[in-house]
Amino acid sequence: MKPRIHSHERDQDFSDVDRSAVLDALGAILPPDALLADREDLKPYECDGLSAYRRLPLAVALPGDEAQVVAILKACHRLGVPVVARGAGTGLSGGALPIEHGVVLSLAKMKRILKLDPYSRTAVVQPGVRNLAITEAAAPHGLYYAPDPSSQIACTIGGNIAENSGGVHCLKYGLTVHNVLRVRGVTIDGDVVEFGNHALDAPGYDLLALMIGSEGLLAVVTEVTVKLVPKPEVARVIMASFDDVTKAGAAVADIIAAGIIPAGLEMMDKPATAAVEPFVKAGYDLNALAILLAESDGTPEEVEEEVAAMRAVLEKSGATDIRVSSDEAERLRFWAGRKAAFPAVGRISPDYYCMDGTIPRKRLAEMLTAIAGMEKKYGLRCANVFHAGDGNLHPLIMYDANVPGELERTEAFGAEILKLSVELGGTITGEHGVGYEKIGSMCVQFQNDELAAFHRVKTAFDPQGLLNPDKAVPTLHRCAEFGRMHVHHGETKFPELERF
Amino acid sequence: MTDEFKARISAAGRTNAPLRIRGAGSKDWYGHALNGEILDTRSHAGIVAYEPTELFVTAKCGTPLAEIETVLAQKGQCLPFDAPRFSPTSTIGGVVAAGLSGPRRVSAGSLRDFVLGVDILDGEARALRFGGQVMKNVAGYDVSRLIAGSLGTLGLITEVTLKVLPVPVAEVTLRFELNQGDALDKLNRWAGQPLPIVASAWHDGVLTLRLGGARAAVEAAQLKLGGEKVGADATAFWRDCRDQALPFFAAERLWRLSVPSVAPPLALPGEQWIEWGGALRWLRSDSPAETIRAAAHQAGGSATLYRAPAALKAQVGAFAPLSAPLLKLHRNLKAAFDPKGIFNPGRLYPEF
Repeated sequence: MKPRIHSHERDQDFSDVDRSAVLDALGAILPPDALLADREDLKPYECDGLSAYRRLPLAVALPGDEAQVVAILKACHRLGVPVVARGAGTGLSGGALPIEHGVVLSLAKMKRILKLDPYSRTAVVQPGVRNLAITEAAAPHGLYYAPDPSSQIACTIGGNIAENSGGVHCLKYGLTVHNVLRVRGVTIDGDVVEFGNHALDAPGYDLLALMIGSEGLLAVVTEVTVKLVPKPEVARVIMASFDDVTKAGAAVADIIAAGIIPAGLEMMDKPATAAVEPFVKAGYDLNALAILLAESDGTPEEVEEEVAAMRAVLEKSGATDIRVSSDEAERLRFWAGRKAAFPAVGRISPDYYCMDGTIPRKRLAEMLTAIAGMEKKYGLRCANVFHAGDGNLHPLIMYDANVPGELERTEAFGAEILKLSVELGGTITGEHGVGYEKIGSMCVQFQNDELAAFHRVKTAFDPQGLLNPDKAVPTLHRCAEFGRMHVHHGETKFPELERF
Repeated sequence: MTDEFKARISAAGRTNAPLRIRGAGSKDWYGHALNGEILDTRSHAGIVAYEPTELFVTAKCGTPLAEIETVLAQKGQCLPFDAPRFSPTSTIGGVVAAGLSGPRRVSAGSLRDFVLGVDILDGEARALRFGGQVMKNVAGYDVSRLIAGSLGTLGLITEVTLKVLPVPVAEVTLRFELNQGDALDKLNRWAGQPLPIVASAWHDGVLTLRLGGARAAVEAAQLKLGGEKVGADATAFWRDCRDQALPFFAAERLWRLSVPSVAPPLALPGEQWIEWGGALRWLRSDSPAETIRAAAHQAGGSATLYRAPAALKAQVGAFAPLSAPLLKLHRNLKAAFDPKGIFNPGRLYPEF
C-alpha cells in the first residue's frame, strides 16, 4: 500500500484499503465476539445521535483493555486504515459517523470505574464509563462530577473529552476542560501518552487542554481522571415569565451585571414551552413569549441571599410572573421541561435538527428575530432553547425527512443560523462539536491560514491523518466546494476563499 | 503595529536569528536563559473590548495587567486566577505566556481556564485567531489554551480574550496553628465539603485560610471552621503571597512542586510554603535536583526549578523532563507553529 500523508488541501481516499487484511489483523488481536464485520452487526454503528447521516464501516472493534487499543491502532496504522473512536454514540454532530473502508473503535466495553477517592476528590475511570455513573458513584460521599450534558444518562466520559461537553451548569462549574485532571491516550502509532497528571499543573505545553475537544482526531482516550466537587447543600430555581424575548435577554445581562453567577441560567421561547408542557407538565407559563430558569445553589444562607437578589433583578427587568421552587420535587419539575425539550420536540415533529451556535448574550433578541424570519424563508418551524448564561443557543428546526427537499432546506436553515452566529461575534458550535455536520461552517468561522494551522496540529499527532478523517477541520478543497455550493444556492459568497 | 512585528518575524526567519519576545521583562528569570534579539511587545497596548455583562475582556499583548485590573475593578470584576505580579508594569501578553496562577487558583481555576481566545503571529508571521469572546466554543482545536503557558515558544500573542468574574461579595481570612500533616489533612477534608474556601497558605506551623463568596456563606463557614480571624493585614498578606513578595520567596534557589493535594508531607530537607489546599508546595532547598524531582514524581506530580542561577537551570533543567512520547509531540507542535525555531528557543526545554 502506498504511504499516505495527511494534507490540509484535500480529503483522502481510502477506497484501496484491503478489507481481508484488516479483518485478519484485527482478528489476531480481538476475540471473535469483539470484532464485528457482518452487515447486520454493523448497522447499529452506522450513525451517532445525528441520524441524518449514516455510513457503514468496514468493521467495528470492541477492545476490552488498553493493550488491545494499542494493538488495534498499530495494526490500522500499518495498514493505512482510518479509525473512528466511539463512546455511546450520543453525539449530535456526526463525530462518530463511520468512515467507509474504516474501522469503528468502540470503547463501550471499557466501562469500569477504576478508583474513586473521596479524600482526593478524584475518580479514575475508563472511557466507556457514563457521565452520570460517575456522579452516582460519588454521591454517597457528598461529591459529584460537575459537567452535566443533557445526555448524561447515556453519554460516556471518553465522548465528553472528545467534545469538551458542557451542560446546564457550566456557567458556574465549567466545561469538561475545567473538570478533568488527566487523560491517558494512545496515538495512532501506538504510543501511550499521559496528558496532565494528578496534580494541578503538568510540565510543558498544556496538551491536556488540546486533547479535550479534539473530537477523536489526535488520540484515543483509554483512561481519565476527573475532579469531583462537593454537592451543594441546597439548590432552588426561579422561573420567570416575560412577554418579550428582548426583555428576557436583557434580564440575563442584568443578573450578571448585579455580580451574580447563577448555577444555571436557561431560556426557552414560546414554541419550546408549548412543545414541552403537554409532555412533561412542568407548570410553564404558556402565555409567556419566553421563560427564564435561574438556579442558585450553595449553603442555605447563600441560596436565600442569592434568590432574593435575583428576584429583585428579575422584577426590575420586567418579568410578568416569578415563581421560586419551594422544594426539591418542584425544582426538578421546573428543570424536567428544559431537559426534555429535545424529545418533546421529537414528539411534535417527525424529525428535528438541533443547532449549537454560541452568541454574545446581548445579541439574543437579534438572533431570535432573524430565526423567525428564516422560519418563513425556509417554510419550517423552529423552537429555541438557550443556555442563556453562556450564550449557547439550541434552535430545534422541525422537519420531515420523508418530504423530499425538507432535509436540504433544514441544512440550509441551520447553516444560515451558524453563519449569523459567527457574524454576531460568536461561534458555530458551543458544545456539540463540529464533527461531520458543521465542517462546511468551519469555513465561515476560520480563515485558510487558521485551518491550515489546525491541520498542522493534527499532523503533529497523526501525520497520515488516520484518526477520524474528514471530521472537525475541513480541507481547503472542501471549503472551496462549500463556497461554490452556497454561491449556487444564492445564499452566501466567500470571495476571500482560494479555489482549488 | 502588528505589521512591524510581522516584519521582524519575517526578517528573523530569513536570517534564522532567534527572537526573544518580551513585555515588561518581569519574568525574564522564569524558565531557561533567554536567547535572541528582543522583540518588545509594549508598543502594542490597550484594552480592545470590555463587556462586563458578557464577562470578558480583550486586550492587546502589551497592555499592563494593572491597567486591566483597574478597569475591571470599576465594575466589581476581576481576573480570578490571581496571576502573580512581579512588577507593576507586567503585561497581559507576558502573564498569559507564562501561564502562572496565584493563591485563588485552587478554587477559581487556572489562567488557562480563563483564556477564551488569542490572536497570534506564528513563526511564518501569519496572523491567526483562535477561540473568541464567548465562553462555550468548541470549533477547532483549543489552541488558545495551548498557547497559555507556552512561554512564547509557539507564537507571539498579539491579543488575548479572558473571561472575567465578579469580585466576591465578602471575604474573611482565618489563621490556625497546625503542623504540616494536620494542615494538609484538614485542607483535604474541608475541600470535600461545600465550604467557600478560596485560598490557603501554610508555613511554619501556621495555616492561613481565605474564605470568599456570599456574605451569609462566609459567615456560616467562619463559625463552622473556627480559627483566629486576621484583621486589616489580610489583604496585604494575600497580595504578597500572590506576588511571591514574602520573605520566604527571597531564596536563591526556589523549587515549585506541583503534586496531588493529598500527597503526604514531602520528606525533603529545607523550608516549605504550601498553597492550593496542598497541591502547590514551594521548597527552599539545596538538595540535589534528582532527589527533589524524584520525590515530586513519586508523589504523582512534578518539580520546577523556579528560581535559581541560570547555570544550575541549564545543568538540571528548569522544568521536569518529558516522557519520550510527550517530547515528540512537543517538538512536532513547535514545528507546526514555528518551523524555523525563531521564538524563544530553549526557554522551556533545550530541545526546542
